[in-house]
Amino acid sequence: MAVKFEKTKSIEIEHAVIDGVDISGRWSRMFEQRVIFEYTPELIEKITDLPNAESFAYCYQCAKCVGVCPVDIVGDYGPRKLYKHAQTGADLTTSPDLWLCTTCSNCLRVCPKEVNMVKIMPSAREQAILNGNFVPKELQYAFENTARTGNPLGQPQRKRDAWIQSAGVSVPIIKDLARPVDVLWYVGSYPSYHPRSMEAATAAARIFTALGIDFAVLGKEEKDDADTQRLAGEKGLFEMMSEHNIQTFNKYEWKEMVVTGPHELNAFKNIYSKCGFDRPVLHYTTFLARYLDQLKPLLKHEVNIKVTYHDPCYLGRHNGEYEAPRKLLKAIPGVELVEMGRNRENGYCCGGGGGGMWLDSFSAAHVKMRLSEKRAMEAASTGANVMAVACPFEVSRFEDAVKATGNEHLGVLDILELLDRSMRGEQ
Amino acid sequence: MNIIVAIKHIPSTADDLPVKGNNLDFDSVDFVMNEFDEQSIEQAVLIKEAVGGTVTVVGIDLIGELDGALYLALAKGADKALKISADDPSVDSHQQAKWLAEAIQGLSSDLIFTSVQASNDLDGQIGPMLAAYLDMPYIGGVSSVEVSGNTATVNKEFAGGVGAKYALSLPSVIGVQASSKPPRYAPVSKVRQIAQTVKIEELAHSAQVENSAGLIFKKMAPLIMTGRAEMFTGSPREVATKIVDLLKSKGLA
Repeated sequence: MAVKFEKTKSIEIEHAVIDGVDISGRWSRMFEQRVIFEYTPELIEKITDLPNAESFAYCYQCAKCVGVCPVDIVGDYGPRKLYKHAQTGADLTTSPDLWLCTTCSNCLRVCPKEVNMVKIMPSAREQAILNGNFVPKELQYAFENTARTGNPLGQPQRKRDAWIQSAGVSVPIIKDLARPVDVLWYVGSYPSYHPRSMEAATAAARIFTALGIDFAVLGKEEKDDADTQRLAGEKGLFEMMSEHNIQTFNKYEWKEMVVTGPHELNAFKNIYSKCGFDRPVLHYTTFLARYLDQLKPLLKHEVNIKVTYHDPCYLGRHNGEYEAPRKLLKAIPGVELVEMGRNRENGYCCGGGGGGMWLDSFSAAHVKMRLSEKRAMEAASTGANVMAVACPFEVSRFEDAVKATGNEHLGVLDILELLDRSMRGEQ
Repeated sequence: MNIIVAIKHIPSTADDLPVKGNNLDFDSVDFVMNEFDEQSIEQAVLIKEAVGGTVTVVGIDLIGELDGALYLALAKGADKALKISADDPSVDSHQQAKWLAEAIQGLSSDLIFTSVQASNDLDGQIGPMLAAYLDMPYIGGVSSVEVSGNTATVNKEFAGGVGAKYALSLPSVIGVQASSKPPRYAPVSKVRQIAQTVKIEELAHSAQVENSAGLIFKKMAPLIMTGRAEMFTGSPREVATKIVDLLKSKGLA
């Protein structure tokens, strides 16, 4: 028999004297009826009525988010401010504010009420796009390119695997291998096409080969993950691309998928899993950190540089991987690793997430300096010679940023490139 | 206002254009909607929104993949899409203009838009030929159109930044260079919804005329780079001397 408990009754008396001591308090005004003047809630409800955006209403304006918002640090932004703007008459779905959030998730980390901009922003943007409201031109091109050519850069699908020719090692294509592999390596759009990001792809191919990993790539069958397009508001495009990708991934037998980019990690691990794709996916840093013992003897050449590491939002905050990249960097002989003030959980966003990669000019017009420029200055202030990154969006962003801020002496290299240099000697 | 937009499916120049025999290797190229067509579709939809009417998009289906472009046009605001199936990627502009004219003749149109040009037709022949077949006036290089009653007022661009405003009586054929506003974005969900629900009407066409353009391809080859610019370095005086020497050596000074 379950023990029955009697509910206790709260005692509410206006005057209480205990042992001769008057402990009467005064009524909290919370319990009194009063008139509270608030602004009209229509523009807040316009957002909270959207699917997945209800948490916008949870904001009680404590402003914890504003202090960590990377956009506010170079401008005037943050969820609490967006809430206030909605209270005072600004419609988020037609405001330029709609496009500035990079979905870096630092606000959510500190928010006591779990106001989730990573969910609110894509919904509000989707609504704006469906309404036919203003979509920044650069972003529109990235959407159209993805729909038309399978990648946001607008490069031909036929050339998706052209980078392989410059790898110097053989990169097997899973369709041609016609056998199961241990690792399916999803290369990603930027490493496949962008001349600068391609160097990370060729480095990865050489490292995987040197480690004797049984891997293959999808070659011409690989298409963009489209998760960043989803975060930028194009859910239909995401659905179309994810259907294609899941079908392609499931055509082949493989044990684990390794991805070059954190955005793809987030896409396949956290978002595609809601669309029925549930297979192990790892970022290359997590994967290679497992091979540290085999990797270390291959890293023969001292690089002699001071390195600072930039935590990608979608590897760190979104997926909790902070240590693997640092372990890899520390394994390279001659690397002195120094940290920037904002690191790990509080890492500063490069500005490329959530569609920011394709909103560069638009966003730049609404902030004092680009987020990537702010971060490049932080990296330079550590005295490092190299800013190490682990996201294909970042190499080109930060290379532009070090030039724009007069910090050309600061090199920007993917961890893959640093490992490859140590493996092969300075190229 | 019955507005027609004639669109063109062309080989994509985003990739190399491989040659096979005396023409492109059509099996190795992607076909895309001519980018100027996006401007003419937008212009047509803007006019519909301003004065009312319907927008009908029509194109020649060269390789059986035109539907995607037509769905996109519908998602951007066109009301009806028609296609003429050719099943031959080498159909030239003359033949396309003839077939488009056959299709448009029965549509009692007030305003017909084509693109000013396409990357496989830089001299922009479709528009004027279509106008000739339909016995209508043609104006190309147009960067904005407004319609009032039976008159269209258009801005036409000339070289050297010169523009002119024309008044046209309708019906007319207009070659659009740029629409009055940048082309709108069509969300993929809308395009996909249209692709699932709309059936595109197919039109018959007359027999294909052999060599209708009167031109014979003798040879087609990719461009070969034969030389490149020479960069002079040194002080301004040294560079100037080198330029003078070069001009003299070519007999130009």
